[in-house]
Amino acid sequence: MTNIFNYIDRPSPIHQLTGATKLVCLLLWSFAAMATYDTRLLVVLALLSVLLFRLSRIGLKDVSFMLGFTAVFMVLNNVLVFLFAPQHGVALYGSSHELLHLGGRYIVTKEQLFYHLNLVLKYLATIPIVLLFVCTTNPSEFAASLNRIGVKYTIAYSVALALRYIPDIQREYHEISQAQQARGIEMSKKENLVRRLKSASAILIPLILSSMDRIETISNAMELRGFGKNRKRSWYMGRRFTRRDILSMLGCLLLLAAAIILNIRNGGRFWNPFI
Amino acid sequence: MKKSPVTTIVAIGIGAALFFVLGRFVAIPSPVPNTNISLQYGLLAFMAALYGPIAGCLIGLIGHALIDFSFGWGIWWSWVIASACFGALIGLVSRKLALADGLFPKKDAVRFNVYQIVAHILAWGLIAPVLDIVIYAEPANKVFLQGLAGGIANIVTTAIVGTLLCMAYAAAKPKKGSLKEEK
Repeated sequence: MTNIFNYIDRPSPIHQLTGATKLVCLLLWSFAAMATYDTRLLVVLALLSVLLFRLSRIGLKDVSFMLGFTAVFMVLNNVLVFLFAPQHGVALYGSSHELLHLGGRYIVTKEQLFYHLNLVLKYLATIPIVLLFVCTTNPSEFAASLNRIGVKYTIAYSVALALRYIPDIQREYHEISQAQQARGIEMSKKENLVRRLKSASAILIPLILSSMDRIETISNAMELRGFGKNRKRSWYMGRRFTRRDILSMLGCLLLLAAAIILNIRNGGRFWNPFI
Repeated sequence: MKKSPVTTIVAIGIGAALFFVLGRFVAIPSPVPNTNISLQYGLLAFMAALYGPIAGCLIGLIGHALIDFSFGWGIWWSWVIASACFGALIGLVSRKLALADGLFPKKDAVRFNVYQIVAHILAWGLIAPVLDIVIYAEPANKVFLQGLAGGIANIVTTAIVGTLLCMAYAAAKPKKGSLKEEK
């Protein structure tokens, strides 16, 4: 359970990039995929992201757990969109090619299916990149990366603290929960909802009060070492940029530029093949 | 009681870690199938009331982003931002609460709950769905219903868990003015 973020250390060109580069690339890439609904660019992004994923030597087996979660989320989201707005595609693309009547307002149209295709492509364009980032970036390097891209080091340090203390808090939660269950607290479906929430509080209160003490101890220790005195700090895990880093960032910047240019040329975020 | 900036930084870190653990590993089955009750907003409201708007905002932002990362679907920005806004709002309006001095009378409990209901309605009824429409171009009725469902669940959990946490914390703290000079 210590490896919640699933960092996998393997020799690959992606692993060699600095954490800061990967963070910048992830942001640029996800903004590009977020900004556009142009199917052509989304297909390119999806193919590229799968290619990069292959390059990192991370196997599908390593990420099957996370992929499962995401697949459920994606299917659920698509089903909800269709249930709530079966004519959303028609409204977006301004034409209606009916394919199938399911009764009531549930008419399957080409436009709706095309909109769903775009939604799925958006997932395919971003998920491999996110998994790539999670699997190839050492969590210890993450805070240094945040600081490198301009986040204040005190805030970067908060993130580092969070990553550092998640396993501890998880362990403590587990211990308290077993102690309370031994005293007869019930959190399963057998109890009614309000009871369940109250029993949860019986675990949370000791957990959070002890965390408050922890905050006090850590901040005293940090203050005694003069944390926050200087404007800058160095990082044990910080690394310099190499040419490879600069090139990767430029590449991602080009993708974002392509997304913006296409949005302007299409006169909106959607590429409409129906006219 | 004035807090040092270092305490706030540490509180953000530990708060985000708690938010993450509650949101990711502590699942309480709810009556609706396949949905779980998220306790982390009770914690977020409590931490924001205690440590202020900046801490609240960043605990919501970092904690929620870490949860999204660990599930692997990327960061769902609209909801992450809504979490951050909820934390910031509670932090802003809770300045009058004297939790740090060990005081949480009934009047404050009512006030805390009014704040949290308003902040949840703003975050999930307005900010999250509007950003969903702007960023992801999703159909309006779907995102507003999702926001509404999430918002109501969060209001209930915050009302129970958040209030209990505040009461427990205030009870565990020595009261302000509880020491008297002997003459």
